[in-house]
Amino acid sequence: MRFPTVFTRPATRDGDPAPTVIRRHTRFTRLWHWVNVICLIVLLMSGLQIFNAHPALYWGKDSSFDAPALSIRAIRNEEGEWRGITQLGGYRFDTTGVLGISGPVDARERRAFPAWATLPGPRWLSAGRQWHFLAGWLFAPLLIAYLLYLVIGGHLRRHLLPRRDEWRRLGQTLGEHLRLRFPTGEEARHYNLLQKLAYLLVLFVILPLVVLTGLTMSPTLDAAWPWLLDVFGGRQSARTLHFLCALALVGFFLIHVALVLVSGVVNNLRSMITGRYVLPPDSIPDPSEEARDEQDT
Amino acid sequence: MNRTPRPTDLRRRRFLTRAALAGGTLLLAGCDRLTRSDAMRQVFDTGSALTQGVQRLLASRQALAREYSPADIAPTFRANGTTNPDDATYRRLAADGFRDWRLTIDGLVETPLSLSLAELKAMPSRTQITRHDCVEGWSCIGQWTGVVLGDLLARAGVRDEARFVVFHCADRYRGGDPYYESLDMLEAYHPQTLLAYDLNGADLPIANGAPLRLRAERQLGYKMAKYVMRVELVESFASLGRGRGGYWEDRGYQWWAGI
Repeated sequence: MRFPTVFTRPATRDGDPAPTVIRRHTRFTRLWHWVNVICLIVLLMSGLQIFNAHPALYWGKDSSFDAPALSIRAIRNEEGEWRGITQLGGYRFDTTGVLGISGPVDARERRAFPAWATLPGPRWLSAGRQWHFLAGWLFAPLLIAYLLYLVIGGHLRRHLLPRRDEWRRLGQTLGEHLRLRFPTGEEARHYNLLQKLAYLLVLFVILPLVVLTGLTMSPTLDAAWPWLLDVFGGRQSARTLHFLCALALVGFFLIHVALVLVSGVVNNLRSMITGRYVLPPDSIPDPSEEARDEQDT
Repeated sequence: MNRTPRPTDLRRRRFLTRAALAGGTLLLAGCDRLTRSDAMRQVFDTGSALTQGVQRLLASRQALAREYSPADIAPTFRANGTTNPDDATYRRLAADGFRDWRLTIDGLVETPLSLSLAELKAMPSRTQITRHDCVEGWSCIGQWTGVVLGDLLARAGVRDEARFVVFHCADRYRGGDPYYESLDMLEAYHPQTLLAYDLNGADLPIANGAPLRLRAERQLGYKMAKYVMRVELVESFASLGRGRGGYWEDRGYQWWAGI
C-alpha cells in the first residue's frame, strides 16, 4: 500500500481538471494480493476435502464423538431415503443436495461438502493434504513477509491505523457505506475507517490465526511448541477455530468482491494490477453543500 | 402474467448449464490429472521434505508430546482401519491369548531377537497418557504402557548401516497388501516411542492392535502400526511394498506424518 503519489493533473480544454491518478498499491502488495487469491482458493477447497474425511467439529483436547459442535452427515430416514443432515449444536438442518448428500440426482453421493467445493473433486484425502500443505508453504511465509513489510515499512501506521477524527465520523461513514455511497475526490485517497478496520482484522487477526490453528493440528509442532495447545484450548478446538477462520475469510471474500464490483470495478481492478487508481471525481456539488464549504473556508 | 419462458430462453439456459458443467468437469479432471502427474508428485515430495526438515529443526530430538491427566482419558478409544485381522495364523495366536506369539527383531542388528509377550512385559516399561491424532482429523486420548522401542533396539544392537525401523504387521487392510510402517532412527529412539501392550490399564484389545502396537506420539495415527509381528532394521525401504515406506505411504500419504 502506498497512496499519495500524484501522477498528472493537467487542465483539459474546457478548464475542468483531468482525473487525478494516484499510485494506490505497491508492487509487493499487488503481487501478494494475487498470489494470495490462488493460495486461499486452493487452501479452502483442499481444506474442505480434508474436512470431509471426518465431517465433524469438536471443542476441547480430543473428539467427544457423541457430542460434536458441528457435524455434516448422510442419514437414512424412515422411508429409507438418504438425507443430508447438518447438525449445529442441538439444531438439525436438512441440507440434502449441498451438504451431506450431493451430486446429480441420479448419482447422489454421500459426502459432507459437494464435489464442486473440494480439491480434488472426488473423495481423496491424501491429495487434499498434499495440495493444502503445498499452498500453505506459499501462503504462510508470504503472510509473515507482508506483515513485516507493513509494520517495518510504515504502511501500517500511515495507511491502516485509524486516526482519532475517523472514529468520530464512524456513524457517518457507516451510513454512507450502507447507502453504497463511496468516498470521492481527495477523500478517496485514503482508506476510510471501515476499510481500515476490515483490513486490520483480516491481516492481523484472522490470517495469523488461521496459520497458528493449522500448525496446532500438527503433532510434531505440538511437541515443539506445547503452548499452542494452551492458547487454543486443545487440538480439536484449534481445528474448529481453523474452520471458523476459513468461514470468516469466505465472508470477507464475498463482501470484498461485492464492494469492488459496486465501487468502480475497472478502477479497483486496475489499481490492484498496475497500481494506478483514479480518484473518483466529486459529484456535482449541490448548492447547499457548496454554501457550507464556503463557510468553512 | 405469462411465466412460461420462450423456447430460445430454455435452449440458451440449457446450453449455459451444460457449458458450466462441462467447464467445471474439465477443470476438475485437469486438476485430478495434475495431482497424479509425476512432476506434481515430485513437487509434493519436496514440500513434504521441507515440512520434515523444518519440523525437525523446531522440535528437538527429545521434545515430548503432551502427556495428559487420567481425567482426560476418552471413555472408549476409537479403533480405526483393521479392527480384527483375518489372517489364519493371527487368529490362531489370538484364540490362545497370544501365548505362542513372538516378536521378531532382525535385519541390520548384531543379535536378532525373538521375544514372547511375557518377556516383553518383564522388561522395563513406560506408561503415558497421550493424544492420538488420526489423519482424518479426530483425536482420542488414551493411556499406553509398553516397552520403550529404544531399549529393545539397544538390546538387539543396531548396526551402523541401519537407517529405518520397519514394522511388519499381521493385518491386511480390506484384504489387500500386508500393513507395514517405518520410522527413522531419530523417531525410533524418541523416549515416548513404545511398543505398547496395554491400553487404559488393560491388555491391548484386538480392535486397537493386540498384542502389540507402535506408539510414535509425534506422528499421525497411520504411522502407529497395529498387530506388530516383526521389527526389521533396514538401510532403505525401497524394496518393501511399493517402496514408499508404509501401507498408506504406498497409497499417496506422506512418509513424514508429523503434520
